[in-house]
Amino acid sequence: MAYKIKAEQCTGCGACEFECPNKAIKQKGDVYAINPDKCTECAGFFDKPQCAATCPVPKTCVPAF
Amino acid sequence: MAWAVQKNSAKTEYGMAKHIVYMASIGKGVTKRLAMAGGCIASSADGRSACGSAASEDDLPTEVWNKIKDHPCYSEDAHHYFARMHVAVAPACNIQCHYCNRKYDCSNESRPGVVSEKLTPEEALKKVLAVAAEVPQLSVLGIAGPGDALAEANAEKTFRTLELVSQVLPHLKLCLSTNGLALPDYVDRIADFHIDHVTITINTIDPEIGAKIYPWIFYDHKRLEGIEAARILHKRQMEGLSALTAKGILVKVNSVLIPGVNDEHLVEVNREIRARGAFLHNVMPLISDPAHGTHYGLTGQRGPTPAELKAVQDRLGEGAKLMRHCRQCRADAVGLLGQDRGAEFTLDKLKTTPVFDPAKREAYLEVVKSERADRQAAKKEAEAALNVTPPEKPALVAVATKGGGRINLHFGHAAEFQVYEVDSRGARFVGHRRVDAYCQGGQGDDNAIDGTLKALLGVSALFCAKIGGKPKRLLADCDIEANDSYAFDYIEASIIAWYLARRHQPAAQTA
Repeated sequence: MAYKIKAEQCTGCGACEFECPNKAIKQKGDVYAINPDKCTECAGFFDKPQCAATCPVPKTCVPAF
Repeated sequence: MAWAVQKNSAKTEYGMAKHIVYMASIGKGVTKRLAMAGGCIASSADGRSACGSAASEDDLPTEVWNKIKDHPCYSEDAHHYFARMHVAVAPACNIQCHYCNRKYDCSNESRPGVVSEKLTPEEALKKVLAVAAEVPQLSVLGIAGPGDALAEANAEKTFRTLELVSQVLPHLKLCLSTNGLALPDYVDRIADFHIDHVTITINTIDPEIGAKIYPWIFYDHKRLEGIEAARILHKRQMEGLSALTAKGILVKVNSVLIPGVNDEHLVEVNREIRARGAFLHNVMPLISDPAHGTHYGLTGQRGPTPAELKAVQDRLGEGAKLMRHCRQCRADAVGLLGQDRGAEFTLDKLKTTPVFDPAKREAYLEVVKSERADRQAAKKEAEAALNVTPPEKPALVAVATKGGGRINLHFGHAAEFQVYEVDSRGARFVGHRRVDAYCQGGQGDDNAIDGTLKALLGVSALFCAKIGGKPKRLLADCDIEANDSYAFDYIEASIIAWYLARRHQPAAQTA
């Protein structure tokens, strides 16, 4: 149960990093990446994964599997 | 009439002499750059940017005028003399607009939302210091994205940047621009930081129209769409606007004119924002191109023509102090409006710690003070001659200028022309037209001239410092009089002198 960020679509804006309740998102080079060990898809915090809800690019924050 | 022009020229020589003395006094670096500023090197760089009002000292309360008189984005007069810079410390956004795509970056692209590098607050401070040391005209630091300055992911970086800069360069005016969604939460902090200018982008006050402009917002941890999203955005914008003006903070409202979507509606927007205390309303044209990858660009929504834009601005003329000198600059623009020197100040070029010399700025402020007074006096004198003439349909005059309120740019080097309207009431700035510079590495570019002729549609005369025989003939074929006889004179006074001369020689000069 984890989300991932499609690096080729990421604009590097950082909105997801700020919203992530698990602090699972960090900058890697020019883009952001989700640590799958920390990601819970926001279970227990929010109805929907915050990274996907705040990301400006459609279908960029998606389920990892 | 020859008498009036000659007298004005004598004055101008005096002004130029002062200018040269000043340039010699502030060091070789600046002199060299100013001398180059009209050259092909400068004009081939991204020469686009600037925002503002045609308001002058006589139209505004003293306390408002004092706040904006040196602000290039808010005062059309100031944009001839002062520079602004944006630092791109706010990459994230909390809404999506159909006219925006922040992924796209190209150094030749100039429009809001576009930057070449994102900065941390500390990097931003370094960049501001470097620009302040090199550009004595710098009077304003703005945070305008590329996302939203107050989006939650950005707000701390925005305020940290303003704090760092204001500690070192307290004379800089601080500005920020926002879509308003998060604004009500930050009004107190904006006041605490002595930010005295805020811009809110408000394209509509009708949620049904809003739903056609904003596909979604991110609010209270939820992505919201449609009319519900537009309604929340509208409510937050109005709340933030009222709270800011209640604290005495100057608020400018930007509206993007989207033909067929909100063009008729902007009159209502104007009424509402004025009632809530906004002091300026800046109506900007939609920039729409499939190559930008925006929703509007890809779906063929067109932007307005210059005439359509002017028609809307004219309708709002009495109701709002309009800003026709806005150039919709990049979120990392640097320099005078109409130029962007951002590429000179990228992080990799800032190796040493720059030193800002307040004396240079003081010297520049002194020069500007006398130049402004001189230019206003020349304008008033020219206007006095106008009062006796009967009114007629206004004529449009395009001007090639690189600042200082003077006709001081070669036709071939101009990447934009400022457009003035002149009639028996005087000469007024009404907008600018962007073009591709005609001169490319010393050669005339015949492809560029077609675009220029199109951009100058409706213009009767073009004033520049110099123009070659060929473009002059091509302009004449389109009934545009190319005129370099007012080279280096003040813009308004020259236009009025030309207008009067033309009226007295109707047979020779009909355009």
